[in-house]
Amino acid sequence: MFSEISEYFRTEALPHIWCPGCGIGTVMQALVRAIKTLQLDQNNVVVVSGIGCSSRMTGYLDFNTLHTTHGRALAFATGIKAAKPELDVFVVMGDGDAAAIGGNHFIHAARRNIDLTAIVINNSIYGMTGGQSSPLTPHDKRATTSPYGNLERPLQLLAVAQAAGATYGARATTYHNQLLTKVIIDAYNNPGFSLVEAVSQCPVSYGRRNKFKTPADMLRWQKEHGVMKGHKEIGDEEFFIGEIFRAQAPEYTREYEKLRQRLQRGQR
Amino acid sequence: MSEARLMQGNEACAEGALAAGVRFFAGYPITPSTEIAEIMAEKLPLVGGTFIQMEDEIGSMAAVIGASLTGAKALTATSGPGFSLKQENIGFAIATEVPCVVVDVQRAGPSTGLPTSPAQADVMQARWGTHGDHPAIVLSPSSVQECYELTVQAFNFAEEFRTAVIMLMDEVVGHLREKVELIENLPIVNRKRPSVPPDRYIPYENNESRIPDMANFGEGYRYHVTGLTHAENGLPTGKPEVAGKFLARLTSKLDLYLDRIQLWEEAELSDADLVAVAYGCTARPVREAITAARREGLKVGLFRPITIWPFPAGQIAKLGGRSFLVPEMNNGQLVGEVERVFGPKNVHRYNRIDGELITPSEILEKIREVMA
Repeated sequence: MFSEISEYFRTEALPHIWCPGCGIGTVMQALVRAIKTLQLDQNNVVVVSGIGCSSRMTGYLDFNTLHTTHGRALAFATGIKAAKPELDVFVVMGDGDAAAIGGNHFIHAARRNIDLTAIVINNSIYGMTGGQSSPLTPHDKRATTSPYGNLERPLQLLAVAQAAGATYGARATTYHNQLLTKVIIDAYNNPGFSLVEAVSQCPVSYGRRNKFKTPADMLRWQKEHGVMKGHKEIGDEEFFIGEIFRAQAPEYTREYEKLRQRLQRGQR
Repeated sequence: MSEARLMQGNEACAEGALAAGVRFFAGYPITPSTEIAEIMAEKLPLVGGTFIQMEDEIGSMAAVIGASLTGAKALTATSGPGFSLKQENIGFAIATEVPCVVVDVQRAGPSTGLPTSPAQADVMQARWGTHGDHPAIVLSPSSVQECYELTVQAFNFAEEFRTAVIMLMDEVVGHLREKVELIENLPIVNRKRPSVPPDRYIPYENNESRIPDMANFGEGYRYHVTGLTHAENGLPTGKPEVAGKFLARLTSKLDLYLDRIQLWEEAELSDADLVAVAYGCTARPVREAITAARREGLKVGLFRPITIWPFPAGQIAKLGGRSFLVPEMNNGQLVGEVERVFGPKNVHRYNRIDGELITPSEILEKIREVMA
């Protein structure tokens, strides 16, 4: 029920701009339910977004919110967290923010293992601009800029994050939205850079070009192809959901605080 | 109390930032600005601040804005190529009215150019480098002392007027070593915080001062910051009347304060027939040339804009009826602003773009030619 979580929304900013059947609202709800479950102080929560459909989420949420430039959400968030580590910082990105124009920041936020909770809403397409292929568009799928099918292969964001040094990675879908809430909670609780890949649907710009007649068909596809990690091997077009990796490593802002304290003791 | 020391302009800039209360620096190494980052890396953790070397120039600018939103006075430093990369986020800081200071130690360009040679070719980029109509404050030091004092001033302007302020240095003043007095107790300005409770806070209020009060993230005033054109409540708007009102305030907000923002120096103007308009490193040889010219009986004076944007056109207009010489280490950028005031007829140029500093004798020669 919306009333359970309405306190976390700027109701004056609603209705949202997303198309009917879009999955971003589902991800927004999962994020808010996670924050409610975690009982975080609303005044202490910062949500940062980039550019694109996903980025509009920050306007609707009643926290300290920052809607930045394309691809730079993680870099803005790094400044926030490094300057004031006591803030709870969530970063919401789309395909382009995380995997294309912002790819460099993605790698280095993971490498620093800075305590940010990053949520990438992967809808396989650039939606805001009308359906161009993205670095997360699957091979052979159609987009306005890959009208004969995508020749490129999608970036494996979780594998990149793990290789770069992130300490938590998980995937869920808008169909598996309770799992999505759970992994966002786990991601927040991990003291380091945490990535949640939220597989979502864009019926208007992706679905109708790729033989999904309705949004429900896309959710059904998620249900049928998302496989809980550890249950079995994945087959063609299937993907793991749940916790994908977890590791231990020093966290950036805590290391910096240790440095400050060491210097205060006169130890260079 | 003040302390006299021999130091480099970049070092004086870093000291000025510390005197202003800087607590955050994000940057990426680039010649000839790198010393500023190195000094910040050493000193910020000692004063409880944070230094972070970002993955690129764009991320550095982003991190600076993020840090400032939490209340930290924030700085970045770069040179031409990095200044180009930062432009989109500089526009974001200006449009969202997040205080910060960006140092550009100019080197010869275009492109990678001559990384260790000076130039003054980013004058127009500092004004119009980011897209869209926007206000700009750009300061141009011509000595190591000014690198110190103007960095404090840059932070004061950034905090008071809620904008990104550009410290437009150059390789000469950045790397030059000369005596500097680290004046203590310079006036320090901090952003005006809201005096109303959170439920009555209007983050982008169109008030008489044209500068809305600024709440920091995490202090109970939850609001939205967006690069989209926004209403007074911070939320995006597509309504022309709301957008127009916001943009009118944003682009005119400095107009109320020009008498304090526009800084300049005048020398030997009372009887001058020719006014040399020079700024930054070029003002140094110009001074020497003026002394030599006066020995020859040529009545030359100096008008040195310290604030180059907003250009002190009103002040220079008071010097009408004389000729002007505008030497610059570019192909003629600020000279256009002098021509805007007087037309091109009595405005002379002297330009050098090969990475060599303009010498006093070159300027003297030009003075003789113009006054012949």
